[in-house]
Amino acid sequence: MSNYFFFIGLPYATIVIVLVGTIFRYMNFGFKISSLSSQFLEGKELFYGSRPFHWGLLSLFLGHLIAFLFPKSLMVWNSVPLRMLILEIAALGFGITVLYGLGMLVMRRFKHKRLQKVTTKMDVLVYVVLLTQVISGLWVAYFARWGSAWFPTVLTPYLRSLFVLDPDITAVAAMPLSVKIHIVSAFTLIGLIPFTRFMHFLVYPFPYLFRSYQYVIWNWDPKKIRISRKLVNGVRSKNN
Amino acid sequence: MDIRSQIAMVFHLDKCIGCHTCSIACKNIWTDRKGAEYMWWNNVETKPGTGYPSKWEDQDIYKGGWEKKGDTLALKGAGKFKGLKVLFHNSNMPVIDDYYEPWTYQYEHLFEAEEGDDQPVARPVSLITGDPITPKSGPNWDDDLSGSEDYAKNDVNFKNLSKAEQEAMFQLERMTMHYLPRMCNHCLNPACVAACPSGAIYKRGEDGIVLINQKKCRGWRMCVTACPYKKSYYNWSTGKSEKCLLCYPRVESGQAPACMHSCVGRIRYIGVMLYDADKIEAAAASSNDDLIKNQLDIYLDPNDPEVIAAARKNGIADSTLETAQKSPIYKFVKKWGLALPLHPEFRTLPNLFYVPPLLPTMAFVNEEGSYETTSESFWGAIEKSRLPMSYLASLFSAGNEEVIKNILKKLMAVRLHRRAETVGDLPEEESKGAMKDVVMDKDTADAIFRLTSLPLFDQRFVIPPAHREEAMEMLESTADVKGNTGFGFKEPPVRGL
Repeated sequence: MSNYFFFIGLPYATIVIVLVGTIFRYMNFGFKISSLSSQFLEGKELFYGSRPFHWGLLSLFLGHLIAFLFPKSLMVWNSVPLRMLILEIAALGFGITVLYGLGMLVMRRFKHKRLQKVTTKMDVLVYVVLLTQVISGLWVAYFARWGSAWFPTVLTPYLRSLFVLDPDITAVAAMPLSVKIHIVSAFTLIGLIPFTRFMHFLVYPFPYLFRSYQYVIWNWDPKKIRISRKLVNGVRSKNN
Repeated sequence: MDIRSQIAMVFHLDKCIGCHTCSIACKNIWTDRKGAEYMWWNNVETKPGTGYPSKWEDQDIYKGGWEKKGDTLALKGAGKFKGLKVLFHNSNMPVIDDYYEPWTYQYEHLFEAEEGDDQPVARPVSLITGDPITPKSGPNWDDDLSGSEDYAKNDVNFKNLSKAEQEAMFQLERMTMHYLPRMCNHCLNPACVAACPSGAIYKRGEDGIVLINQKKCRGWRMCVTACPYKKSYYNWSTGKSEKCLLCYPRVESGQAPACMHSCVGRIRYIGVMLYDADKIEAAAASSNDDLIKNQLDIYLDPNDPEVIAAARKNGIADSTLETAQKSPIYKFVKKWGLALPLHPEFRTLPNLFYVPPLLPTMAFVNEEGSYETTSESFWGAIEKSRLPMSYLASLFSAGNEEVIKNILKKLMAVRLHRRAETVGDLPEEESKGAMKDVVMDKDTADAIFRLTSLPLFDQRFVIPPAHREEAMEMLESTADVKGNTGFGFKEPPVRGL
């Protein structure tokens, strides 16, 4: 029964919450979306926490994504044992990097009183879920070897079945507890996005790469101001 | 020619008395909030000194502004590649200790302390943690300490002076100082705008004010790094960056910004400058020697018929053109050539100009050990002046000493002329000679004197009408919303059932 709740109910609830929640928050509480950086209050220790954490996490996320999107390519890659070993060691390396970074970040939060002033209850929850996620992931990587070998045959079909609205949990239900914890905490983490600082990764500044450096806004078209008596309806600019 | 209008400012440094009234006016209106206590959108520094945040001028530390890469420009510490690479930890960002930890005093304790043997005191407490602290630095901690080991000697602008020259400057007899009020320069080539990954910072086309859209800001903090003047601040409480907004609600309604309005020494002038936006890129990327000249060449003569025609074609209102013609900034910067931008070598093309201080340079010690302030010795000894020319040149002209000397001579000529006029104890040749030296006629000297010493309020602040009424009509038909908005009704006042 609990399997149905954790592996069917939770994922769908998560998807609904994330879609509705992030859009609602973006539209209605735009001011409150920020990276909420605390570097200004403490900069040195953040370097050893934030950099390894973020880069490690990005690499791991990319790895999981590839395993989900291209399971066959992964299996072909893994057909040579040495290649699989390299992949597994790299993944474990990134996992340890993330754990190290996260540990630094948590310690830093508790150590400095200034930082406690900008730490909310949701931040603590974020740390708890992240720690669960990372530690269970490392546990799986070490004790349920080799993840990259069974992920394409077990988890990819499960995740796919979720997406095609025909959930099939037989394979997942048979997985060891560590894997189950890893999956549940992953969905929890995603579900927390609209309520926590996780919002900041949804607003990663990709558009910056495609805009020109300088940015000038006219609140109205200066060439048209002289014929304003025509009273043409304009479009209210976003910053107005 | 792409003509735009820009609100620009002039600070007359000889008149600044370092009273910090501007800073307080600004603080009371804008930054007296949680997370913003440490911000001084306007601050006054003592020079020589390290300023606020400490050593802000040293771009080897803070990596602010633009640098020349071949024929083009690149942001020194931010930008598309550099910025996104260090998004997770900004390597070049100042932290709160580079500014100071804001504090208040436990005044309540004076009233609420239990009866005891000792008089209750108001202890300083941190505005961040609430713990008692001992304040060890502040925004004007080095006020008037122009000869101090800790502050003045670490001034970045001394880098071009030899050891001996530096030693000489700190002899008691030669010590000198002046004040440097600073605020956002509302640059023509703003580094903060270019560095903002969220695209939250923008320059207003109509008047050139640079603003941060608080809703779009995501707190990536690149503007703090990029601004070479360190005038963009990170609010640690809201997680958003903030900066001087030139009191745009006041400017739009025709009032001078609070810092300018409250200026006790009346050192501040505000007005419109017309500039050619097509020239920005070339001017910002010009070689070090031409930098100051090319930057000032961007600004155009508002009385030139060609400029007026081009400006009208670009949609600049006649009222703006009129105010541009009366602009005190145009007079100081272009007509008389008396004012210079602060650190033009940062290549952001700042719109805040300073009349370099003449007073600290004037007096010097003669062979008998007494101060020499006569005009005669001034002309002969400008190199020997108390404040080395290279110091002022490092501040205002990217190292070009000739420009500074020329301005100081002009300022001196005006003084000599007025002394000859009012006191009459100077031989005519002396004042005439000084004027001839800098190619200045009597009327110009009088005009400079009047705008410097006896300006009326409306002559110091020539603010163009913002035409918000017409702007609104461009956005929506005002007739449609008549009766729907304002304080009066929560619902549209339509007849019920």
